[in-house]
Amino acid sequence: MALVKFDDFSYKYYGADSLALKKINLTIDNGEYVVITGPSGCGKTTLCRAINGLVPRFHRGYIAGHVYVDEKDTREHEVAHFAAIAGLVFQNPENQLVTLNVEKEIAFGPENLGVNPVEVRRRVEEIIDLLDLEHLRDKHPHEMSGGEQQRVAMAATLALNPQILVADEPTSNLDPKSAEKILEIISTLNKRGMTVVLVEHRLDLVAKEATRVVLMDRGRIVADGTPTEVLVADICQDIGVGIPKATEIYKRLNAKGLRLGSVPLTGEELALLIQEGTV
Amino acid sequence: MIILEDVEYSYDGIYTALRGVTLQVDRGESVAIMGTNGAGKTTLIKHFNGLLRPQAGNVFLEGKDTSQMSVAEMAKIVGLVFQNPDHQLFLESCKKEIAFGLKNLGFTQEEAEERCDQTLSRLGLEGFAERSPFALSGGERKRVALASVLATEPDVLALDEPTIGQDARQKESLARMLMEMNKKGRTVIVVTHDIEFVIEHFPRTIAMSDGQIVADGDTSSVLTHEEVLERCSLTLPQMTQAAKALRHRFDNVSDRLASLSDIESIATTLLEGA
Repeated sequence: MALVKFDDFSYKYYGADSLALKKINLTIDNGEYVVITGPSGCGKTTLCRAINGLVPRFHRGYIAGHVYVDEKDTREHEVAHFAAIAGLVFQNPENQLVTLNVEKEIAFGPENLGVNPVEVRRRVEEIIDLLDLEHLRDKHPHEMSGGEQQRVAMAATLALNPQILVADEPTSNLDPKSAEKILEIISTLNKRGMTVVLVEHRLDLVAKEATRVVLMDRGRIVADGTPTEVLVADICQDIGVGIPKATEIYKRLNAKGLRLGSVPLTGEELALLIQEGTV
Repeated sequence: MIILEDVEYSYDGIYTALRGVTLQVDRGESVAIMGTNGAGKTTLIKHFNGLLRPQAGNVFLEGKDTSQMSVAEMAKIVGLVFQNPDHQLFLESCKKEIAFGLKNLGFTQEEAEERCDQTLSRLGLEGFAERSPFALSGGERKRVALASVLATEPDVLALDEPTIGQDARQKESLARMLMEMNKKGRTVIVVTHDIEFVIEHFPRTIAMSDGQIVADGDTSSVLTHEEVLERCSLTLPQMTQAAKALRHRFDNVSDRLASLSDIESIATTLLEGA
């Protein structure tokens, strides 16, 4: 069975006038790198929260349908059960960091899950190495830049050894270089076998590494396919989603009868295709 | 006009956020401030309306030394929108949130309501008037915080990361509103990491790193300067990357910043010639 399965899942927050999610059917398999995108308010964050049971257990509301994570119905298990399966990273790392230094922050999650101290120690060292945090080891989160804080938040999440990393706009507060670094880490984790669900508006930064793009609008999934399939479709512009400029050029040239060999997602790819087209 | 002279600021005397910043922004300019996380961008703009006071150096607003001005006086001239909308929103409906600032500035109830409706519709927030800001998504809350400041139409508008969480269409409408205000003679200053937003809409860019201004000038020259990009943790946008890659083969491609239409016309010429 799929790692995550939404089965006709609908959800409305208490006090809201309309459904945040409407009859979502979505399966995510092991090893995928899924980018979720769509206009603001379309349900992306709610979808993320449903993957580890925060919706409906923490954010209360009305539900219909089911979400199964690792074959377990999120209606029937506590959030704590899913914490070790689906790790969430949020937009604002300040909302997520709770301890006084990086080592303690990384150890906090597994300690609370009762992981034995030797194993906790091992994970802390492994993750400090993986995310290049050695120089921050003893630092207080408030002494770090936003990019560093976000790396620590991600480290703390990874310490739970989740099978799936769910990151909700993790780079939107970061300068471009720090954003690049976070996205490189996410891509590396995926290549090592971790399943990734990433919410992102800036598709120019993430489309190239993703295996799949899911497009949402007003609580529904309106397109789902490979990055090039989805981003070249007119529905993106129709609902106000910004596609990579390189893809936009491909579409404009196509409209003039000028065909490039394939759909580019980055500036370099575009330049290469133009060169090939002139040979 | 805003003038800063050798402004220094440190938090609790431990963390130095500004190390001698000097700059001048004239009335009616539109300026982007970019740079590394922790470079001091937010600290800088908090000096524009007196939320922070320089520990050394001077800040002048409309020719007056601001050490003599209250925050209330400065806030009438400079409207500041914070990065995190939750630091700004506190009332139970979007309408009350927006009317709050207007009433403080002496608008009547009717005027306030009219402006409130106008601003909501200009930001694509029709139908949100009676809703609680706290029941909205992150991107929507951000626009309500913006609306509450935009509605007062201050002479100087300073926005901290206004494009976060906004999709392409909302970014466009935000840009249109800012440019409209700018055309009416208002000064617009944004702090942002969004290079494409800056290239398309802001003629001047100030790049910061480690509490200092590293470069200040026309956007195209600041954002193509490799050393500045490196020091300020900035990366080249896609179209400029494409232009750079094409320049290796085609010598008529310029080394300036490239827009979408630049690359479109270069590609069209090259492909039609083939």
